[in-house]
Amino acid sequence: MTDSLLALLVFVPLVGVVLCVPLSQPLARWVALLTSLVGVLLTALLYLYFDGTKAEQLQMAWSLPWIGSYGIYFSLAVDGISFPLVLLTKVMMPIALLASWGEERRLRAFMSCFLLLDFAMTGTFLATDIFLFYVFWELMLIPMILLIGVWGSQNRIFAALKFFLFTFSGSVLMLVSILWIFTQYFQQFGNYTGEIIELSKVGLSTHSIVWGLSTQDLVFWGLTLAFLIKVPLFPLHTWLPDAHVQAPTGGSVLLAAVLLKMGTYGLMRFSIPFAPESFVRSIPILSTLSLIGIVYGAWVAFQQTDMKKLVAYSSVSHLGFVVLGLCTLNREGLTGSVLQVVNHGISSGALFVLVGILYERRHSRQFEDFGGLASVMPKYAFFLVFVACSSMAVPGLNGFVGEFLILLGAFKAKPVWAYISVTAAVFGALYLLVMIRQVLFGPVTSGENKNLKDLSIRDWASLVPITLMILALGIRPNFLLKKMDPALDGFWKSSLKKSFSESSVLGKRDKKV
Amino acid sequence: MLSSSHILVTMILLPLLGSFLNGIVIRPAFAKRAGVIATFFAASSFACAVFLFFSLSHDVKAINWSTNWFTVGEFHQQWGFKFDALTAVMALVVTGIGSLIHLYSIGYMAEERGPSRYFAYLNLFLFNMLVLIASDNLLGLFVGWEGVGLCSYLLIGYWYEDIDKAKAGMKAFLVNRIGDAGFLIGMFYCYQIFHTIRFDEIAQLLATSSQFDLHLLNIVAFFLFVGASGKSAQIPLYVWLPDAMAGPTPVSALIHAATMVTAGVYLICRMNFLYMLTADANVLIAWIGAGTALFAALIAMAQSDIKKVLAYSTVSQLGLMFLAVGSRAYFAAVFHLMTHAFFKALLFLGAGSVIHGLHGEQNIFNMGGLRKKMPGTFLTCLIATAAICGIPPLSGFFSKDTILFSALASGSTQSSLLWGVALVASTLTAFYMTRMFVLVFLGNYRGEAHPHESPWVMMLPLLILAVGSALTGFLGVPHGLHFMPNLMGHYLASVLVEFPEQATLISEHAAMFVATGLALFGISVGWFFYSRPSRAESAYKVLKPMHLIFSNKFWIDELYGIVFLAPFKAISSFFSSFVDPTVIDGLALLPVRISSGVSVIINVIQSGLVQFYLMILLLGGLWVLWSSLKGWVI
Repeated sequence: MTDSLLALLVFVPLVGVVLCVPLSQPLARWVALLTSLVGVLLTALLYLYFDGTKAEQLQMAWSLPWIGSYGIYFSLAVDGISFPLVLLTKVMMPIALLASWGEERRLRAFMSCFLLLDFAMTGTFLATDIFLFYVFWELMLIPMILLIGVWGSQNRIFAALKFFLFTFSGSVLMLVSILWIFTQYFQQFGNYTGEIIELSKVGLSTHSIVWGLSTQDLVFWGLTLAFLIKVPLFPLHTWLPDAHVQAPTGGSVLLAAVLLKMGTYGLMRFSIPFAPESFVRSIPILSTLSLIGIVYGAWVAFQQTDMKKLVAYSSVSHLGFVVLGLCTLNREGLTGSVLQVVNHGISSGALFVLVGILYERRHSRQFEDFGGLASVMPKYAFFLVFVACSSMAVPGLNGFVGEFLILLGAFKAKPVWAYISVTAAVFGALYLLVMIRQVLFGPVTSGENKNLKDLSIRDWASLVPITLMILALGIRPNFLLKKMDPALDGFWKSSLKKSFSESSVLGKRDKKV
Repeated sequence: MLSSSHILVTMILLPLLGSFLNGIVIRPAFAKRAGVIATFFAASSFACAVFLFFSLSHDVKAINWSTNWFTVGEFHQQWGFKFDALTAVMALVVTGIGSLIHLYSIGYMAEERGPSRYFAYLNLFLFNMLVLIASDNLLGLFVGWEGVGLCSYLLIGYWYEDIDKAKAGMKAFLVNRIGDAGFLIGMFYCYQIFHTIRFDEIAQLLATSSQFDLHLLNIVAFFLFVGASGKSAQIPLYVWLPDAMAGPTPVSALIHAATMVTAGVYLICRMNFLYMLTADANVLIAWIGAGTALFAALIAMAQSDIKKVLAYSTVSQLGLMFLAVGSRAYFAAVFHLMTHAFFKALLFLGAGSVIHGLHGEQNIFNMGGLRKKMPGTFLTCLIATAAICGIPPLSGFFSKDTILFSALASGSTQSSLLWGVALVASTLTAFYMTRMFVLVFLGNYRGEAHPHESPWVMMLPLLILAVGSALTGFLGVPHGLHFMPNLMGHYLASVLVEFPEQATLISEHAAMFVATGLALFGISVGWFFYSRPSRAESAYKVLKPMHLIFSNKFWIDELYGIVFLAPFKAISSFFSSFVDPTVIDGLALLPVRISSGVSVIINVIQSGLVQFYLMILLLGGLWVLWSSLKGWVI
């Protein structure tokens, strides 16, 4: 069972797609939902079988020959970095589907897009072959573009095109870097391989060749730009608000909860192990941009009057935290970073679900159309306030542990990082409280809002699991941390040790503490 | 078999259970009984606190309970609770006064449509407050710290249909968050220095080693104080508390007078082993405390809303507590914290009773003569007013005197100056409290409502609090008056370091006489002017400019608006309407623009129009002709 568990995780969504095709339109919804629930069951197995004590190793490897003569395999495996992300992907799938349950147009194709996205996302996290990773990475684009471009709002074509141009221009650079690494490996070792771990042994020169950049720097930036666009890190974020605003609710949920996580995942899986020196060299740039992003995202979010745009800019701020966590190079920051990726996935996914609930009833996301909803929809109000609390890192809920660890890590690395990013405690609360006030509080002004229905059974079905996850990760995060923290520690030591002894990078920073 | 550590957890969790029941489980069916349910859970928690209080003894100094929260590398964080003498005092005050205010709320909120939400928040607040005072480490304390802030936000904005009330709640939360950011930084420094954030371990380290850099310790002390000044409404972060009066009056009594706002004082007392060493930070704390005490008292003199008077009075009294901790008189601070909890909760509940009896009237100039209409409220408020003014032998007299004398005897260079400021503040306190009392209860009724006395569920808490306000002072009789031992001082001796008393020029007795004399003076002045409205009128004419300044609260809110809010709004608007769409997106889409521009040019060239091609051909031919003939002709 454990041998093929990962293959099942990847391919079950495809089975769902095949099943969708001959069925009637409404049945496709149920097929998709059932498929995603099977996925949740499979991740429960994954949780049970994944060995947290050996999390730095690839586990449950599964592989098929693909392009054997070039050493390229269809190979899957899981370790402590991909583990939480696969969990997140699978858990958010049914929630995203429920959020878009009200869609009526071309249901078979709609649901197939979701399942294809599931397939591609899971594959991206689990691939251990660099080319397989690339294929999944690009495959992910197609259903997402369709979701935005076909089922989106008024300005959907522009948003889909912008999303495509941004991410694809990054991907092209990434492909060049991958090919460079691939051929370098052949030159140094005399054989071809697509295995990521094996490829990371390739030595990339740190001698400057052009404008003070070394080969390693070029490879690093080629890879990293693609990931930073996806994160998205300031100033590469402008595609995100458009994509979010235009995407259907379920698409927004997956975009925020999972797709953005590809960026940080890529940084951890490729940028850092392949080019550790370049990563350390670029920390001043990356940390500055993430600090700007943390503050800037929150400030711009404060000015938004469209709920979806507000949540989109809040993502810019929150993901700035995640990149900052990577820059700390210490265990608190790094583990906090991965945990925060999961937390942000849950909280912002939930916020999009909540925005979607209002949109379904009123076909609006503008503050001015609402006000006083707390008296019309008290249960909805409860969840909006609760999820907002999770997003603004109220202790006892999920957001706090991750944010605290990142802040602590940042403080250990450079106190000034903590001084700047801690202001997010104020600004992060500010824009969410403004949204709550505008939407929930005050008198009910619009007649159309007087008879809005409170939560339906379907809304409960997606909000209750989210609430439970928020609480579980806030009160007892160790159920996840114990399976990833040792892994991350091992992973970081091994990737950064390659070129730096303990004393030169990690040690020096620790000593100051 | 239940051990005392289980009782400790039970004490903390009971209000959470109550909140859960009222808030989520049985809302519609039992909405009418919500108050009873909530009061039951609060009172049960109080019973646990009493039990725990009696389980502490000479041998059992503390009761502990802990479970894992999160572990990352060497950072092991526990949900750890510890019930020691200081927690005992706080827990008795919080759950005891908390239960009374729950009971009172049943009457006060009787006309509400569905008060279950209110009681769910109130229980949730109690839970968070217990987490705050029972945690054995800084992060656990911070959990409760943020939690009470959240409940405060929810309760201030309880009547959310009124957008101003919702805004007041938001302001409270955000200003608190500024303080919280400071708290977090302080916690990080603490971890950096000690590699732990558990109180016991820090105390142990500080007791056994003198290796620690005093400069760094001062930084920790400073940042934690920033957090404290947010929660306890000190200059410059006090601005949220007066606005917080938008919440229901029992909430003002519980959260914004008796318990939550004293959390900052508690934090410093909890960390007293650290603050003992940080002389520089203490000077700052003492001055901020004394300054806030005076400043808020000045504003309180000119307020006409009964709750605003009490709110500024609370800010002022909290200032006195900070003066005490700044003078390293931690017992004095805790003592005043406790007596203040009694008489200020009583004053707020009395004000609530008055507001309730007058159907929502809050302006003291529309009251008067309530002595006859509301005799119970009148008598209990009389005790509370006398207590806060410092009339012996009521509780306020003992605790305020302990603070004033410790400010004088702390031995710092400015101690006499601090004492002077605090004396002026307490004289003003006597004045404005008398003013309020006279305007509300004496003279003739000036309003148009039909005042009526409140029901017994409201009167009973008033009565109990009045007994507390009168008698709790005897728990901590100062050394100077040795007719009775300082019971509370001895009890807290295991947790709080002893006050390092220095010799002063004035004896404790003399200081006491001066303070009491000035309090009587303040009362007489208040009585003189406000018992006859004509006298107050003529005084206003003379002191018009001062009255203008005080009643407008020194225009501090307006100042903050101009200095902080307006620039923030302008910059963020600039970011969102110009920088993001035009500069960043413009640059990002530049390649797209360039390629589409190039394609426009290419489109023009390959238009498919034969005339155009012919014209280009002709122009080209002419150019070839011109260039080949150029040298020849010229």
